[in-house]
Amino acid sequence: MLGLQAFFFYIFAFIAVGGALMVVLSRNPVHSVLFLILTFVASAGLFLLTGAEFLAMILIVVYVGAVAILFLFVVMMLDLDVGQLKQRAVQYAPFGAVIAVLLLAELIIAVSGGLADPAPMTMTTALPMAETGGLSNIEALGNVLYTRYILFFQLAGLILFVAMIGAIVLTLRHKENVRRQSIPDQVARNPATAIEIKKVESGRGI
Amino acid sequence: MVSDMLSSSLWIVGPELILAVGAMVLLMIGVFKGEKSAQLVTSLAVALLIIALLWLVFIAPQGVAFGGSILSDSFASFMKVLVLIGSAAAVVMSAGYAESERFNRFEFPVLIVLSTLGMMVMVSAGDLITLYLGLELQSLAIYVLAAINRDSVRSTEAGLKYFVLGALSSGMLLYGASMVYGFTGQIELTAIAASLAEGERSLGLIVGLVFVLAGLAFKISAVPFHMWTPDVYEGAPTPITALLAGAPKVAAMALIVRFAMEGFQPVAIDWQQVIVFISIASMAFGAFAAIGQKSIKRLMAYSSIGHMGYALVGLAAANVEGVRGVALYMAIYLATTLGTFAVILSMRREDGPVDQIEDLSGLSRTNPVMATFLTIMMLSLAGLPPLAGFFAKYFVFMAAVESGLFALAVIGVLASVVALYYYLRIVKLMWFDDQAKPFLPAPIELRVVLWVAGLFVFPVYLFVGGPVFAAASAAAQSFF
Repeated sequence: MLGLQAFFFYIFAFIAVGGALMVVLSRNPVHSVLFLILTFVASAGLFLLTGAEFLAMILIVVYVGAVAILFLFVVMMLDLDVGQLKQRAVQYAPFGAVIAVLLLAELIIAVSGGLADPAPMTMTTALPMAETGGLSNIEALGNVLYTRYILFFQLAGLILFVAMIGAIVLTLRHKENVRRQSIPDQVARNPATAIEIKKVESGRGI
Repeated sequence: MVSDMLSSSLWIVGPELILAVGAMVLLMIGVFKGEKSAQLVTSLAVALLIIALLWLVFIAPQGVAFGGSILSDSFASFMKVLVLIGSAAAVVMSAGYAESERFNRFEFPVLIVLSTLGMMVMVSAGDLITLYLGLELQSLAIYVLAAINRDSVRSTEAGLKYFVLGALSSGMLLYGASMVYGFTGQIELTAIAASLAEGERSLGLIVGLVFVLAGLAFKISAVPFHMWTPDVYEGAPTPITALLAGAPKVAAMALIVRFAMEGFQPVAIDWQQVIVFISIASMAFGAFAAIGQKSIKRLMAYSSIGHMGYALVGLAAANVEGVRGVALYMAIYLATTLGTFAVILSMRREDGPVDQIEDLSGLSRTNPVMATFLTIMMLSLAGLPPLAGFFAKYFVFMAAVESGLFALAVIGVLASVVALYYYLRIVKLMWFDDQAKPFLPAPIELRVVLWVAGLFVFPVYLFVGGPVFAAASAAAQSFF
């Protein structure tokens, strides 16, 4: 059993890391986004292996279903000039290198300091997750989401409500001189109103 | 048992429920009656805010709701009253503006009501999740409001700038909150304080604390997180600037005080130095950067940065006098700001609104009443006795002296001397300079706000100062 789990872990892990590398390395931005989706799916597999099936599904629904597709739209709609972007990247490279070196130095100092003297790094650990009594974690979340955490649920709903109003206020425009489809009008048509019969005299034309 | 807890919780959040349900009803009225319903929705929104205010003062019980997520104590009630007054005044002042600028949008008051709901949640936030949700609800509605005049490039720019920087600050706040949770294992502020009191404070926790404070400092536009303020104040429609300068500042200040005093009192020494730094930086920047301004909206932006610095002096003291000082400061700041914006909104000629300081010159001859009130406001903002602004500054500086922060108090007094210059410049323009073209007569609602705010600042505050002070003292006792 463990062997099988390890086998799938390595498969998903390799796909995730390989996909992430390809996001950076591929020349075509559309391919990059597709590799990003592959990485998300592989990560969802990893979550599934650790028993966090809710997170796995959320990752697929939110990141693959919404965020990555949005990226794809943006990348395909905007005509990106990769060559120009690369040139600009080269321009900023020295600055980036300085920051990278600084961060690396900080990291080395922090880790080595922490290893030499672990006292300042001790932390009060978070409480372990409450025993769910054999429930799957979606069930466990469902048990508290609408009772103990009803306030958060409702507040999040209000935030989405504001977002909806905002999107409408800022973008909806009623254009004039646009012919709109009116389904009631279409349904209400009958032969009497839809066609007009004209008597054309023979030999005269219209 | 769950339903018992729920019903007692619902009583406690009564005013918030009124606003939430009311906002949806108003939106429905607007949608079904169309664009011409803007005036009706605006008046109903004011009525709704007043009902929530009365409910809060006379009916809603105090207590802990939703298992500690909402803390409704005297401090929360005091700050919520200020928030509701600030929002109601902003809606009132927007009525005439929407009409004359011809963007009658019924969503405008609805979004203000929803934003107010977010502010009330912020004020009584009892844990990190409520804190964040309240903050987002408040900010998201205001981002939209800042950009609502979408045909104006300035307004769109203001909304976009505010949104991008606001998202950045939310990111910092969330990062800090995750650190705090990781190192204490708690999200409730009282539980965080309890675990800090017994355990040793760790480095990671301090990092989290600093990040959360940075995110919150952005919301009150304290230096060094102030960059968005002048552009947003200038670009947003003026009634929204009046809202931005008042109620959200009060709510965010209340949130900082609650976060620091309720959750992190055991490690006060760690956040005090952060607060002292941003307080000094804000006071100094507010005083010097406002000197060269030409637009009065920008001037008010820099002035508000400075005033947040003065209010933070009280928090830096971290004692009961300090919290009382902050509460009192925000009350007086709110009244003065609303009065000043009533004047700014009245600055209108035949060819539209104006916002240059020069346009005020000689106002004492064309409109002596408005000039007198604006003089009172400016001198109160500068902190001259016997105006209300003097008492505000007096109590925060006294609190700082009492907890031994002499340098902070001295720097504060020096900064207010510098700030006196640009407030006096406006007074001089109005009373001694050549007369500019007169303004159109101000609509009745602006005059009402101006009279109420002006008379409160001087001389009514001299008589009601006692009760307001007592309320602020009761509010401060919530944390001790």
